[in-house]
Amino acid sequence: MTIDEIKNVVLEIIQDIDDEADLENLNPGEALRDQLDLDSMDFLDIVMELRKRYQIQIPEADYPQLATLDSCVNYLIPRLKAA
Amino acid sequence: MPQLSEKQRIVITGVGLAAPNADNLQDYRSSLLAGKSGIDEIELRYVGKVPAGICSFPETKYRKKKENKRGTRAGCLGVYAANEAMQDAGLADYLHYSQNRTGVYIGLTEHGTVETENEIYNLSQFAFNTDFWSHHHNPRTVLNNPAGEITMNLGITGPHYSIGGACAAGNAALIQGTQMLKLGEVDLALAGGISESTGSFGIFASFKAEGALAVHKDPTKACRPFDTGRNGIVVSEGACVFVLERLDKALARNVRIYGELVGYAMNSDARDFVLPYGPRQAECMQLAIERAGLTPKDIDIINTHATGTKQGDIEECNAIHSLFKDCPDTYINNTKSIIGHAMGAAGVLELAGNLPAFADNQVHPTINVDTLDPACALQNLVANEPRQLATVNTILNNSFGMVGINSVVVVRKMTSA
Repeated sequence: MTIDEIKNVVLEIIQDIDDEADLENLNPGEALRDQLDLDSMDFLDIVMELRKRYQIQIPEADYPQLATLDSCVNYLIPRLKAA
Repeated sequence: MPQLSEKQRIVITGVGLAAPNADNLQDYRSSLLAGKSGIDEIELRYVGKVPAGICSFPETKYRKKKENKRGTRAGCLGVYAANEAMQDAGLADYLHYSQNRTGVYIGLTEHGTVETENEIYNLSQFAFNTDFWSHHHNPRTVLNNPAGEITMNLGITGPHYSIGGACAAGNAALIQGTQMLKLGEVDLALAGGISESTGSFGIFASFKAEGALAVHKDPTKACRPFDTGRNGIVVSEGACVFVLERLDKALARNVRIYGELVGYAMNSDARDFVLPYGPRQAECMQLAIERAGLTPKDIDIINTHATGTKQGDIEECNAIHSLFKDCPDTYINNTKSIIGHAMGAAGVLELAGNLPAFADNQVHPTINVDTLDPACALQNLVANEPRQLATVNTILNNSFGMVGINSVVVVRKMTSA
């Protein structure tokens, strides 16, 4: 998967959690929680959806790396390379 | 009637509901008087096509779609009904009561079945690897879930919990709310019942296995209490929440009072897991009437619990006959024939549908009575057409449930304080 494809996957998952989320004006370097109506359960939704779609197991210790859109994509690049 | 202080008299000042045939009391009453069925056919996983009652209401009127996805269907129904009830009572701005002195009491037949079935189905898509089990399972299946979702939505910080009372639960919650007000535990009670049971294949399949699931080629005719052709229950979803407050405060607020909860009773059959028992139901009705300081002759409308099962309907008819055989002015109806069996919401939805009788003096009909079962031939059974009475002052509402639980409430029209 390319970086853009991975980014789109993450945005698609967020959109599915909250279809009213303003993704147009999202700053990719800023924390998702500061910009969107997302809480810890929503982040677990993202983790679960990635597990279902791509069989990725994200350990709890790595959750901070999902904080921003950029960090999320960077974290996923090696894991989705072959996807 | 017993002389109680205004602080000990509990009245209904708001009604919010989602029924299979309406999303507000006015439309609901019109549908009931017209005998307009809310039953349709749905298709459920594993079970196939079954008659059922599904509610259509503005689901995002009081909370976002995201919150509805996060919560349960019961929570979604409950949040809508609770908000509608608060609006109806003129309490949407919360100026007259404190959130920390408000209690939420919700009757449930069951809860968590829908979520659990869905998750097991989901798990089956992943070779039953529990890494795929949802983190939403616990907050969605705890028994206080629907009541808790209401408190989160309305910012209510007083007590909330569910009353598990099988199909007697709605009335049981109404009784609980009344008791908490009388005890002074809260100043305002949101009390009612909710059912999301139409989302569970297991509930339908279990009724079918018991020989108690209604079947009919026309779903609107599937629920037919007292008719010789009845063959079981039609499961519905729904919610009804009442605003309860003490009479003194309601009078001070100068609000419309739907009625006063003057009598109530609950008891147990102590006999059988599924079969109802008329003599105990009669005792329950008798106790509720006595507590209201009334006699059977004072009851104008009996809203029956009858679900359309062979024995259940007969048991209740026998119970009613034993108490009301000398009451020529007492009329009897059944709401389930029109909306199906809304399980935890049944008692309260059925009471709500009859409360407007205090204003219009009509008894809504029991529909689908084509051939009355002689064993259910009660005098003054209002069948197929509504009945206009000179006046309606008192309604008795029956709700009974599995494992032998009975709940009866008696509501009186407010004529003067």
